[in-house]
Amino acid sequence: MNGLINLLTAAIRAGIPLLFGTTGEIITEKAGNMNLGVEGMMWLGAFFGFYVGLTTDSLILALLCAFAAGLFGALIYAVLTVSLRANQTAAGLALTIFGTAFANFFGLRMIAANDGLLPKLSPHLIEILADKPLPILGNIPYIGKLLFSHNILVYLGILIAIAAYIYMNKTRTGLRMRAVGEAPATADAAGINVTLTKYMHILLGGGVCGLGGAYLSLSFFGGQWQNACVNGQGWIAVALVIFANWNPIKAIFGTLLFGMFEVIRFRVNIHIPAAFLEMLPYVITTIILVVASIRKSRERRQPQGCGSNYFREDR
Amino acid sequence: MLRDFSSRFHIVKKAESTGWKPLFLSFLSLVAALIIGGLFILCLGKNPFTVYGVILDGAYKSARTGSYVFKTIGYAIPLVITSIAVSIAFKMKFWNIGAEGQMIAGAIFASYFALFQSQMPHWLLLLIMFLAGAVGGGLLGTIPAYFKCKFDTNETLFTLMLNYISLSFITFLKDGPWSETPGFPGIAKFADNARLDVLGGVHIGWIFTVMLVILAFVYMRYTKQGYEISVMGDSVNTARYAGMNVSRVIIRTMFISGALCGIAGMIQVAGIEHTLGEGVAGGRGFTAVIIAWLSRLNPFVCVFFSMLFATLTQGCSGSALLKLGLSPAVADILQGIILFVILAFDFFMQYKIIYRGREKA
Repeated sequence: MNGLINLLTAAIRAGIPLLFGTTGEIITEKAGNMNLGVEGMMWLGAFFGFYVGLTTDSLILALLCAFAAGLFGALIYAVLTVSLRANQTAAGLALTIFGTAFANFFGLRMIAANDGLLPKLSPHLIEILADKPLPILGNIPYIGKLLFSHNILVYLGILIAIAAYIYMNKTRTGLRMRAVGEAPATADAAGINVTLTKYMHILLGGGVCGLGGAYLSLSFFGGQWQNACVNGQGWIAVALVIFANWNPIKAIFGTLLFGMFEVIRFRVNIHIPAAFLEMLPYVITTIILVVASIRKSRERRQPQGCGSNYFREDR
Repeated sequence: MLRDFSSRFHIVKKAESTGWKPLFLSFLSLVAALIIGGLFILCLGKNPFTVYGVILDGAYKSARTGSYVFKTIGYAIPLVITSIAVSIAFKMKFWNIGAEGQMIAGAIFASYFALFQSQMPHWLLLLIMFLAGAVGGGLLGTIPAYFKCKFDTNETLFTLMLNYISLSFITFLKDGPWSETPGFPGIAKFADNARLDVLGGVHIGWIFTVMLVILAFVYMRYTKQGYEISVMGDSVNTARYAGMNVSRVIIRTMFISGALCGIAGMIQVAGIEHTLGEGVAGGRGFTAVIIAWLSRLNPFVCVFFSMLFATLTQGCSGSALLKLGLSPAVADILQGIILFVILAFDFFMQYKIIYRGREKA
């Protein structure tokens, strides 16, 4: 039992960075834009979050800057695709190239400025970011360890996912945003400002992706900067969007499963090649994608307007 | 307020402009990109002219150990091939972003013969590797095409996923079945027999590339199949009413697109790396998608942009830049900036903005 709890706890920790990226991309895609720049925005968030955390020693400032950095990346993407009607795939990939290179470049400089050693956050900040049981709830046997003894960022990720779900499905602006994502022309005719809606949600989504990067750089590696900290997590997050059927609540469970694939190879002695476990998230996602299309499921698909830009004069 | 302001401008699509004007605009966008990149370098406290000079030196200067220009061309070759490959699919509005995976599949198929059947006569072996690469990439390209035709499965997401599945497959081969010394990851170097010959400083992949550029241009513009592709790109319904077999065209085109990527993978392993590793595609498939887009699916322009990005990457990889205190990552930053600027400029090539003045209510 204890072994299982340990495994699940590790899976939660490994999975939550994906949750930020996935929630961010869900928000973006629901507004009708597919942003393949998740990886790049996570890198930007990772670097700026860590750098600000290192210099100011404040978690709040670090997270705000990570959010702003992701948002800035998304802003470039939004200007290109929404205002200048550039191809979404090309703009997203360009953002990934840029963000990855930017973070690596300045990451190396940060190391050089630290006499060639990997910079580490102050003990004070590491202590704030440590896994610790919540009062009372954390003392419940098993469940306390499993659910209520994580670091703050884990709760933040889950909170954001739940908030995104409520926002998308229970509020008026959320409904408008989905209308824009499914049928921009119809939404436009109904008097919704398509451009503004798209901008708002692309930026918001980018900011959330930036937080995911900050989780990785601030907490995942024990407060030490790693030059490969994001390393493809953004792409798994994109896969997870499909897996979770564009639903942030399902994404929470999805991250748990994907996190499990990630940790299982270190903890369980099974005779499956590591490469297959690495492949598994993508294989499962592909199967889901195909099965959904075979069943012609209207529920399980990308928002209709996703991928193509809206141009009023083209109607 | 914002609305009032924006209603004074009217954006209309330009007619397809020809001649020197779009070329001039392209040139202008490149200059603008270099200026913005230069500003970035200036922010780092370096002289942009020095840095650009170092990059050009690193990409084109000839040294005693052989000219860098050949390395740059070698780097550009897979970019040219894959960007043309995805251009063919894009023309059909089939969003193949799986060039990365198709390259890997081609490389794996070709490597099988290079590693385990290398006792064949040299040219026969190369020919078989070439065909194996084409089949490997082609098959991987055909899978999403088949599902697209049969079930309308989203091809962007499908091809994207296949990239990562293929990449992990190399790890699998490297860790286990194909590892040189059991227990240690790593695949053996190819025998000399399985390596591409060098002609004029660059491996012979360049001959194929030059032929491909011309053939692809002719194929897309002057053949029946090329015509079918562009009709389908404009409207699938038109194609259907005209009696085309839509599924067949999609599957055939994606086989060609994937096969070309596979060939690029084969050329990369046999011509440059001489072994199979996870870096065989190394993001080139993604860069190819952007190059294809920037080139407006024109094979000749693909060559230009491929050379541009190869120049940046090769030029930044040398030690001269490190001496200036800049890491090779600066190449990708500049590449990102150039991409952003050119994508932005593209708008002004396709649309014009008409000022209407304040509208009277």
